[in-house]
Amino acid sequence: MKPFAYTRPAEAADAVAEVAANPDAAYIGGGTNLVDHMKLGIAEPTSLVDVRDLLSHRVEKLPDGRIRVGAAVPNSDLAAHPEIREHYPVLSQALLAGASGQLRNAATTGGNLLQRTRCVYFQNRAMPCNKREPGTGCAAIEGYGRYNAVLGASEHCVATHPSDMAVALTALGAQVRVLGPSGERTIDLPGLHRLPGDTPQRDTILEHGDLITAVDLPRLPLAARSAYRKVRDRASYAFALVSVAAALRVVDGTVEDVRVAFGGLAHAPWRAHRAEEELRGGPATEEAFRDAARAELADAETGPGNAFKVPMAVNTLAATLRDLSTEETS
Amino acid sequence: MEATITLHVDGEKRELTVDTRTTLLDALRDRLGNTSPKKGCDHGQCGSCTVLLEGRRVVSCLTFAVAHDGATVTTAAGLAGEDQLHPVARAFVDHDGFQCGYCTPGQVCSAVGMLEEAGADWPSHVTEDLRAPVTLDDAEIRERMSGNLCRCGAYVNIVAAIREASR
Ligand SMILES: Cc1cc2nc3c(=O)[nH]c(=O)nc-3n(C[C@H](O)[C@H](O)[C@H](O)COP(=O)(O)OP(=O)(O)OC[C@H]3O[C@@H](n4cnc5c(N)ncnc54)[C@H](O)[C@@H]3O)c2cc1C
Ligand code: SF4
Ligand code: FES
Ligand code: FES
Repeated sequence: MKPFAYTRPAEAADAVAEVAANPDAAYIGGGTNLVDHMKLGIAEPTSLVDVRDLLSHRVEKLPDGRIRVGAAVPNSDLAAHPEIREHYPVLSQALLAGASGQLRNAATTGGNLLQRTRCVYFQNRAMPCNKREPGTGCAAIEGYGRYNAVLGASEHCVATHPSDMAVALTALGAQVRVLGPSGERTIDLPGLHRLPGDTPQRDTILEHGDLITAVDLPRLPLAARSAYRKVRDRASYAFALVSVAAALRVVDGTVEDVRVAFGGLAHAPWRAHRAEEELRGGPATEEAFRDAARAELADAETGPGNAFKVPMAVNTLAATLRDLSTEETS
Repeated sequence: MEATITLHVDGEKRELTVDTRTTLLDALRDRLGNTSPKKGCDHGQCGSCTVLLEGRRVVSCLTFAVAHDGATVTTAAGLAGEDQLHPVARAFVDHDGFQCGYCTPGQVCSAVGMLEEAGADWPSHVTEDLRAPVTLDDAEIRERMSGNLCRCGAYVNIVAAIREASR
């Protein structure tokens, strides 16, 4: 590991100035992804700016009913927060489906959003990888493909985004608050993460020096009936092959409103607008759920390693919506 | 680059100068001679390095010591009282909750942290009703302890030990 300077500024503006001034500087939150990458030699910052003191650790209700989650709120505290459990169960469930108790205690909201892909070739310096070293090629296209993307991938990168929390936040339409060298701005999810195109080295639209300060959850009564369903190779403590975050309101057998996002399918959490449109106003039946999922996946491109993801995504969405709609009538 | 930090480890105040690259785990083991937390994977995957940091269970291999100046760290060794084991460690002995023992300090710290979390009614991935108080059945114990691997496969007895300790 390369030597690095460590600072822990008290003010967000100082942290931004420090990182913006040094192209090799990085923010550090809980460190559960960045420290791992530094050990693997795939991140080599010369300066670490610890942001846990200067960012909010609070989950607060804003006057207009939105919820503001400070970027330093640990994953475990967010999952256990009464307001989130009651009004945004999909978010609690997504967080609880990720990592382990120890990791969730350390991981922060900001760091979770910016965790990088678990593509095995990205994590192995001996292998070609356009995300780690642009222009070297993509070992995953011909290699181990079980986790590869089926939507929105490019010939340069087929990696998937690993965060469970981000999938729930995408279904909810949360906003990410960012402080950058030229001031504050907000980004509506799923606008933060990008598809790989020909610049897979860029996971998000953020510029160097941009600091995530908070995540705002919209007031969304629909979310009170919402759920996260994750399919993985082990019952616990594994990344998603496919996951679904959904919220559903059914009135007299008709889908009145619905939100759906998929994880495990793409380089970014995937808001399923097409499926939502198909479902809205239609019957809340298993058949309709499946048709909508198939419509969303119509453009899926698969290889031998990941073809299973298409039927798995259809089944997972159908099961999630079925559970939400039967809960409704009971 | 070096930094001088203070850690309160198992009730003792320790001052040390560390290279910023030193993880909390390496600081405890190599610099302070506290070999209770174990290095299994060094990548956050096995839980054998679990300690209680300000009372919360964390893996000590994925955090730098320099980030915890002034913090209180409790390792499995520090859980014991004057001349008796911590009730969770006692339950591990009574139920044969280990074979080689390598994962045990991490399991014990994790279980102590986990029992606090469940006591505060934090839900888990297997909790049916997110709003109800937590009932710590075996499925809950297994899920909440899934961040601690045991290569000897002593899981059945680990669950039994924690079940007893939770009473
Ligand atoms: C064994 C293991 C299993 C896991 N399983 C899962 C899983 O199943 N599901 C899942 O979703 N996740 C999983 N994770 C990943 C885990 O959720 C992330 O490592 C964690 O959320 C990252 O948060 P952090 O605060 O530790 O980030 P850090 O490691 O501190 O930072 C991550 C990145 O974000 C940047 N950063 C941090 N904070 C900010 C900020 N406020 N503004 C701008 N940039 C910032 C850092 O520079 C770095 O690039 C797993 C991790 C491990 C080690
Ligand atoms: S899929 Fe993306 S991250 Fe994985 S090897 Fe290819 S370029 Fe790298
Ligand atoms: S050594 Fe820290 S989790 Fe394995
Ligand atoms: S007792 Fe040997 S690894 Fe768990």
